[in-house]
Amino acid sequence: MLMESLSGRRKVLEQKPMNFWERIYLPAIFKGMGITFMHMFKKKETIRYPEEEREFSENWRGMHSLKRDEDGRERCTACGLCALSCPAEAITMISAEREKGEEHLYREEKYAAVYEINMLRCIFCGLCEEACPKEAIYLDGPIVPADYLRKDFIYGKDKLVEMPIDELEALKGAKV
Amino acid sequence: MELAFLFEKLILVTVLFVLTLSIAAYSTWLERKVAAWLQDRVGPNRAGIFGLLQPLADGGKMFFKEEIIPSGSNKWLFIAGPSLALLVSFLGTAVIPFGQNIELFGKTVPLQVTDINVGILYIFGVVSLGVYGIMIGGWASNNKYSLMGAVRGASQNISYEIAMGLSIIALLLVTNTLSFKEIAEQQHSWHWNVIYQPLGFLIFIICAFAETNRVPFDLPECETELIGGYNTEYSAFKMGAYMFAEYINMFVSSAVMAVLYFGGYNYPGMDAVNSLLGPTWGPVIGVAVMFIKIIAFIFFFMWVRWTIPRFRYDQLMDLGWKILIPLAIANIVITAIVITVVDKL
Ligand code: SF4
Ligand code: SF4
Repeated sequence: MLMESLSGRRKVLEQKPMNFWERIYLPAIFKGMGITFMHMFKKKETIRYPEEEREFSENWRGMHSLKRDEDGRERCTACGLCALSCPAEAITMISAEREKGEEHLYREEKYAAVYEINMLRCIFCGLCEEACPKEAIYLDGPIVPADYLRKDFIYGKDKLVEMPIDELEALKGAKV
Repeated sequence: MELAFLFEKLILVTVLFVLTLSIAAYSTWLERKVAAWLQDRVGPNRAGIFGLLQPLADGGKMFFKEEIIPSGSNKWLFIAGPSLALLVSFLGTAVIPFGQNIELFGKTVPLQVTDINVGILYIFGVVSLGVYGIMIGGWASNNKYSLMGAVRGASQNISYEIAMGLSIIALLLVTNTLSFKEIAEQQHSWHWNVIYQPLGFLIFIICAFAETNRVPFDLPECETELIGGYNTEYSAFKMGAYMFAEYINMFVSSAVMAVLYFGGYNYPGMDAVNSLLGPTWGPVIGVAVMFIKIIAFIFFFMWVRWTIPRFRYDQLMDLGWKILIPLAIANIVITAIVITVVDKL
């Protein structure tokens, strides 16, 4: 007894016994070989990273960068909210107080003297970016490159902080 | 005279040995390349141009890996398995004629290590020995997966050897000789045996796939159900030896098929080329033709591997016993009748 079909889309497949040509497999095999042979001349899908890179989407999350404001001062105030929100516990920092005469370096009175992200722990979820009240951290960088030693994956401020504006300008000037 | 003969054979054996090794090594490269091409990829391309140094890198890796001999295994047999597989796979090349007699430094040199008059039997004996490597390795590992693989390998080889032998008998009816050299000579220019024995060739090549444990008959080492089968417990160079033996077997079967059915070093228009180039360079072209055929067969092996899935075990046995063997017997009968009728006319 066939059950009534609820969706109305049920198809009953016929299980025919195989005929002679199907039983010796060869025609099907040759057909399949023809198909695979044609694939030899198709365009290769391979992207030869690192020479070529896949196009990233708009909201791609890559390496972090610590931003500067329009005057070239570091925005981060070492509030620790990013570290707190990080599910992978990848961020550590040591804060320091801004001294007199450092106003051109740091925007707030407190700043991160040490700021480290362990790229092996990070899962690139972007929660740090979301948590930051100062718009100081964004995951807008490239793919984090491979390395040989674990210690080399702990990125400090030297790798994370954006280049100062004048250096950036100089670099752009050199390129143009 | 004797010394010169020994020297000549020694050189030939050495050249053949090196050639077999390098062809087997580069088969691994070609296998990856073919797999990539058939799947719209580019394959290994980092080690050297076109990834040509990949086999060396792989070999180096194999040597430096940790050697593990499981404590539950039989140590001597565990080592004997891969050694036997590798050793036996080399033996086959001894009777294959790679070219016509060539004239070198005023001497006529046959491009075949030895022309024994039962060459085909010899090949069969050597090829059947190959399964001992698998069986011993699988048995000595003391692992159920390995044992399953070994048992499958043995039963598969036994089943397909029958069909293979029967397809060869039909060929022997045509050629009247068991010597590879004579069979090759008979197929002068375009008189290739495949024209007279198409069905026999088909059966032979299917069985060759089974004998070399290649897809679709790679049941002894199927990764998906037996996690590697007979070589599950093997690591480092012993694993490499098994893999290498497989590729050498593929080379030998390709060479055997080229000689038995596709004329070996013969090609249409060879007489004209030979009289044009003389007795030294003419045969060289023949050798090149032979190797083109061998490489074409190796490519075919790979092409099939990356196209079709593995047979189920019962399908394998069905195909062997219920289809190939009756077909091979029918082929013998038809061949015999045709030969008799043609002779009587
Ligand atoms: S992206 Fe996610 S895991 Fe990585 S540092 Fe930020 S919060 Fe932590
Ligand atoms: S990056 Fe943002 S969230 Fe993290 S410590 Fe600095 S200011 Fe606070």
